[in-house]
Amino acid sequence: MTDPSLTHRRRRRVQGVLKHVLLTAGAVLMLYPILWMVISSLRPDELIFSRSAFSLSELSFDNFREGWNALRHPFGHYLVNSTIITAGSIIANLIACSMTAYAFARIRFRGNRLFFAIMLITIMLPVHVLLVPQYVLFNSLGWTNTPLPFIVPKLLATDAFFIFLMVQFIRGIPRELDEAATIDGAGPFRIFTRIILPLCVPALATTAIFTFIWTWNDFLGPLIFLTDSESHTVQLALRSFVDSSSSGGGSSWGALFAMSVVSLLPVFLVFLFGQRFLIRGIATTGGK
Amino acid sequence: MSAIGELAQLRLRDGKRPRKLSRRAKSEERAGYAFMTPWILGIIVITAGPMLASLYLSFTDYSFLSSPEWVGLANYQELLVDTRFHQAIKVTFEYVVISVPLQLIIALLVAMLLDGGLRGMGLYRSAYYLPSLIGGSVAIAILWRQVFGADGLFNQFLAVFGIEGPSWIAHPDTALGTLIVLNVWTFGAPMIIFLAGLRQIPTMYYEAAAVDGAGRLRRFWNITIPMLTPIIFFNLILQLIGAFQAFTQAFIISGGSGAPSDSTLFYTLYLYLEGFGNFQMGYASAMAWVLVVIIGAFTALNFAVSKYWVFYDD
Repeated sequence: MTDPSLTHRRRRRVQGVLKHVLLTAGAVLMLYPILWMVISSLRPDELIFSRSAFSLSELSFDNFREGWNALRHPFGHYLVNSTIITAGSIIANLIACSMTAYAFARIRFRGNRLFFAIMLITIMLPVHVLLVPQYVLFNSLGWTNTPLPFIVPKLLATDAFFIFLMVQFIRGIPRELDEAATIDGAGPFRIFTRIILPLCVPALATTAIFTFIWTWNDFLGPLIFLTDSESHTVQLALRSFVDSSSSGGGSSWGALFAMSVVSLLPVFLVFLFGQRFLIRGIATTGGK
Repeated sequence: MSAIGELAQLRLRDGKRPRKLSRRAKSEERAGYAFMTPWILGIIVITAGPMLASLYLSFTDYSFLSSPEWVGLANYQELLVDTRFHQAIKVTFEYVVISVPLQLIIALLVAMLLDGGLRGMGLYRSAYYLPSLIGGSVAIAILWRQVFGADGLFNQFLAVFGIEGPSWIAHPDTALGTLIVLNVWTFGAPMIIFLAGLRQIPTMYYEAAAVDGAGRLRRFWNITIPMLTPIIFFNLILQLIGAFQAFTQAFIISGGSGAPSDSTLFYTLYLYLEGFGNFQMGYASAMAWVLVVIIGAFTALNFAVSKYWVFYDD
């Protein structure tokens, strides 16, 4: 005879173990390709397709040396270009989106709700409908092959997703704080810089991190606005690299993988240190 | 509430305001417009202006080098008979209709496995979330070309079972499938949103149902799913809009052409090739507007249908 509560407990434990087995298997399946790419980047070409990612013999950094110098400019040149565009985009989004969000969340003015609705709709607008005229506009201003087509629109608060994220966040800050400051004679500008912004740091961090990842990975924008290889970003450099290797241009898969890993490294690092803000960020915008 | 939830329950009119504003209210209003200046400029110069311009260009023949020439509806008529355009629509719809539901179902299932105080949950969550952050990058597209190439990782895996796989990327019947797998692989972002939603369901609902003798499956269908409907709706809209606009992965995997035999010719890829490859910018603008209408119609339809299945608790 077994104690019924004991079998129940045993069943739950078996279920728990099963869950872990399933989840671990899933995670390995998901991450194995990435791991394989990282290990392959450290291996001579002839071994890439014959060894599993788990065997760690004969590793070297030769591919990185080869890939770094495989294009017209050393790979560092493209990293610098990407960094300039990304840093500019982050600063622009932080300033413009927080200002706009503050006005939407806290200030009463005619048109507030209507503008807010328009802003929400622009989140869903496909960018493709803007590309041709924007190309014509930026080209006539002489902005192609510069970081300006990426940074100036963000300075004009066009990244509506982040405005919404910050509106959500500011709505959660007690209004009593603003009111107390108003009684002390503070105007909207002081309230914004002294009270709202300092309390918004988590939302600002989320914005900075997402802007980083999305700008760093962006391909379509640079493809259209950056035609000169001098101004190419990391993503465009990788694309030229694929073209040259698949047309038999001599570069090896190992070298291509090596530069792919280099291009992903900043995102991995940001993920590692900023995960908390990323997860909280998408949870708050997605939550009801 | 999510952006989608707000839109679903939107009131456009500002609250009651006296016609004549007090001095305080006037200065508040001025401050509001001051803070809104960048956004207002942006909406005019970066969004609305270009939208109208592309609407105009869609009725012209425009090659960028010469000035636009009015052709009336010719571009739209051309779209009706352009077989490559029809192929692009077919490919895109197939991609959207298969990958979005698959991605959301897996996201929900994994979120449910992770929910409820599992040990090591943070680690699992990171592992499943990471692909969605890098899935849109060129590096991952390059990786995918290798994973599903003739002697790629996937065929190595099949070889263990004695199966000799083809090059999945190079075959017109399977190339789109590899892109669908890639999109499903990035289920981490909707998963995180589902997790946050699951946390918000009050446990007392489950307790009450358990007391009434409801089994697991019933609790899932009668509590979890109804309570999650706003989040399912949010994820659905977001992923639909994203999938309709998929570009980078098809571009890299097909070498920028939609190959093999146009089997990965996504809508946006064809738009890019016409607008910036052939410099048929009038034609590309017409295509862009049709995309706006398609996405708008899909979204509006979803909002209309949502009244029947999405349940807002407040």
